[in-house]
Amino acid sequence: MIWDALGLQLGYNATLVTLGAAMLGMGAGATGTYLYLGKRALVSDAISHATLPGVVLGFIAMVVMGGEGRFLPGLMLGAALSAGLGLLAVTWLTARTRLHEDAAIGAVLSVFFGFGVVLLTVVQVMDTGRQAGLETFLLGATAGMLRNEALTIALGGAVILLLVRLLHRPMILVAFDPEYAVGQGMRLRAVDLAMMGLALGITVTGLKVVGLVLIVALLIIPPVAARFWSERAEIVVIIAGLIGGAAGYFGAALSATAPDLPTGPLIVLSAFVLFVLSLLLAPGRGVLAAALRHMRFQRRVHLRQGLLALASGQPVYEPLTLRLLRRAGFLRPDGVATDAGHAMAARARLDERRWQTLRSDPQFEAAAARYDGLTPLEEVLTADQIAALDRGLGLAGLR
Amino acid sequence: MLSLSPLLIGIAAAVACALPGNFLLLRRQALIGDAISHVVLPGIVAGFLLTGMVATLPMMLGAAAAALVSVALIETIRRLGRIEPGAAMGVVFTAMFAAGVLLLEQSAASGVHLDVQHALYGNLESLIWLDGYGWGALADPAALSTLPPELLRMGAVLLCVLLFIAVLWRPLALATFDEGFARSMGLNTGLLGLALVAMAALSAVAAFDAVGSIIVIAMFICPPASARLMTDRLGRQVAWSVLFATFSAVLGYSLAGYGPIWLGFANAVSAAGMIATVSGLILGLAALFGPCRHRRSGAMSG
Repeated sequence: MIWDALGLQLGYNATLVTLGAAMLGMGAGATGTYLYLGKRALVSDAISHATLPGVVLGFIAMVVMGGEGRFLPGLMLGAALSAGLGLLAVTWLTARTRLHEDAAIGAVLSVFFGFGVVLLTVVQVMDTGRQAGLETFLLGATAGMLRNEALTIALGGAVILLLVRLLHRPMILVAFDPEYAVGQGMRLRAVDLAMMGLALGITVTGLKVVGLVLIVALLIIPPVAARFWSERAEIVVIIAGLIGGAAGYFGAALSATAPDLPTGPLIVLSAFVLFVLSLLLAPGRGVLAAALRHMRFQRRVHLRQGLLALASGQPVYEPLTLRLLRRAGFLRPDGVATDAGHAMAARARLDERRWQTLRSDPQFEAAAARYDGLTPLEEVLTADQIAALDRGLGLAGLR
Repeated sequence: MLSLSPLLIGIAAAVACALPGNFLLLRRQALIGDAISHVVLPGIVAGFLLTGMVATLPMMLGAAAAALVSVALIETIRRLGRIEPGAAMGVVFTAMFAAGVLLLEQSAASGVHLDVQHALYGNLESLIWLDGYGWGALADPAALSTLPPELLRMGAVLLCVLLFIAVLWRPLALATFDEGFARSMGLNTGLLGLALVAMAALSAVAAFDAVGSIIVIAMFICPPASARLMTDRLGRQVAWSVLFATFSAVLGYSLAGYGPIWLGFANAVSAAGMIATVSGLILGLAALFGPCRHRRSGAMSG
């Protein structure tokens, strides 16, 4: 069943929903990267919670006008309007009062959401027959989704991806270095608005699939995960898009396999699994890579110190050092140095003596800064320079 | 009289959240209330699933465990991945909330009443005191024993929070406004901050159980934020925030219960949502007319 779902074998509608969720995830991951790099990620939390009153008011308006209350584009329009109002409120509170952005975010988030809940209870008594299903906007549901709805979501995701592609340069500049961006003639407010507009678009598009409580996860988790894989912003955007897309795909496919598996949480948990994998496995910034690096460094230090001890005829007791020396063939099992061990120890001592001379010579100041007790001098100086250094050593020896 | 106990629970919950909210707001940790109310969900559901009943103790224990797990997770992710705290918090609280919802939906199959709506909106309206007819019931031990247990619990938590803030008022104020100075005075500011968050978590979990997460988030932020726009002095700010929280709870509850009836509708609307809305309106008014609404260069004195 799971393989059928992942292989898109669960029928036309489920396939469409899965692809739509993947598209949405890609758009969300890419958009979220700019918010994350600009340290604005939590603003989207306010935006997403602020959609609730709009969704319910849109529903009420459509029912009052005698239409079908659950018409998705109408609900999305209402959501966009109230989310825009919420965004304005956050901006206004931050700019015009002494409150900080986090307080403004929390206030808007809770008040809009609370008001939305009030409206939801109004709808519950207003018309019991047709309202069933508005709650699915809280946590997302793909069960029983119409073909048009799935298409709308996929289209929304695609449009946002396209806009991200077009607006990449200004948004990345503003996220990284607003002052420089202004110097380049960019209008900060306009770019900021575009960034928030894209986040709003993702929220509104994702309402039906992920739900408004959790959509913010799709904007936050993929960029944070992608950040592990690269130091370059363009690449992070692409990887975040891929991670978001994968999360949308897996989450939607898994939720299609059973009736009581809610889509939104599954998509978010898929994203979280990808995040944990990135945290552990990414080269460079990942935990595993860091641990390996640490281990290699530790071994080099122990080996070097062991060789220096051998060179000066001191006994070695430290177990790790002993093990490393034996494994490298520098020490016999009974603790006596082999010929190779003597040779390496002599080399290590020579290297150390050269370094000491070098560090006391102001002429080699730049090279001396690279001393860490590990790097062989051959990696820092040319053969000629070392020869010159050795002459200094010889002279010192004569004196 | 029926409404007395939900009203009191609402006020206690609002004030218990608003009090630590003051300090969190000034320390720029305003969103901690939001995070806490998300992360405790899986713990509450797990407590429910393990014991198989909607009892308070296992759920509270589960919530506390979940809060601890989330703090550990955030720290681990922040350290291991060198990620800024805001983003680490965002990752953890959304993932844990998602896990909680998933657990909840799985448990829903067993047919017990515990759903997402309950967790979000709470059930303030249902906490009525059935035996409380007339003021005489207050002197009647039999009637008193049927008071909803949430009232006692919420009252106890409010008392804890009050004591905590009263006892640690000066250190808290010092550490909030000038952490460096507080440390030089020999205060353990790290421990103090942790204690504050723990206190916030305690009131959040208790209020969450009684009135749902919306009130928790709104009360942590809106009354203190409104109060911040009213005065420059910490003592007055805390007093204003208590006033605003109480007012929101009373007005919100009454509007939710009686507002629709005055307007000619038969049913009441969500009290939790209405309380949050009222607190938002207060914040809006404070932002428009509060005497200290603008940013000033002068520092705030304790």
